[in-house]
Amino acid sequence: MERNNQLQRQVALMRQSLFDQGYLDEQFVQLEELQDDTNPNFVEEVVTLYYRDSARLIASIEQALDKSPLDFNKLDSYMHQFKGSSSSIGGRKVKTECSQFREYCRTGNGEGWQDKQGPEVQLLAPHRKKKRDSAHNSFC
Amino acid sequence: MASPSTRIDDGHDMDSVNSGLMREKLSVLVVDNDALVRKVHEKIVSKLKVAKQVQIQTATNGKEALDLHLSGSSFDIILMDMQMPIMDGTEATKELRAMGVESMIVGVTSADARADKEAFTEAGLDQCLAKPLTADKIKSLVETLEKNK
Repeated sequence: MERNNQLQRQVALMRQSLFDQGYLDEQFVQLEELQDDTNPNFVEEVVTLYYRDSARLIASIEQALDKSPLDFNKLDSYMHQFKGSSSSIGGRKVKTECSQFREYCRTGNGEGWQDKQGPEVQLLAPHRKKKRDSAHNSFC
Repeated sequence: MASPSTRIDDGHDMDSVNSGLMREKLSVLVVDNDALVRKVHEKIVSKLKVAKQVQIQTATNGKEALDLHLSGSSFDIILMDMQMPIMDGTEATKELRAMGVESMIVGVTSADARADKEAFTEAGLDQCLAKPLTADKIKSLVETLEKNK
């Protein structure tokens, strides 16, 4: 019992840290409020969908970045999709980065993409695992 | 091709005090190529309890939305994403208005470019909202619907 309480406290702290660090915003709370007895796994389902779509989009973006010259229209389209789903889940930091990338597309700034691509994909990759683990701990 | 899905929610489990004032039925069409966005918007609408019966259908692009109307469906509110493959929201809105569809069509977009949003609005939207949709935004749409009855 005590162990369960400890785990729940840890999960709550991890969840709060995602808000404190700016990774999540109010929209995520909206999703949690949508969960109910008729759909008790709603948040987990949405988060799982998000991770699946994100992985696909990031793979497409990485492929597109290997091409020369860069197809900014295609990259912009991927970023538009990524921004839309990120904002729907409350993924605040990812949404902000997507807007920045879209600005690079608009101005044809290939260097902006290259400079940010390494660190920003790293931003998404390790925290994707941390968020997934946190989300699964919350919902299981 | 994904087929449109339908969901009906019965609002009879809400406060009996309000049930007399509540509209009988609300039908909503969610048009978005992103499955996550469709799922979230569908859930927000279904939880609102703004009508005794809430019927929600989804479509994955503008063409599917058009096909639904051509097959005889009609909706109180259409939540239309802007950028979609096959037929985007701007084109779909133009086509729906040309067909004589008078439903409330609400653009829903994460687009940053003002020019894109202006073209979308001019296609025949009643209003354009930014993603993400929230319960308050949708409640306000239903209130507008009631005012314009």
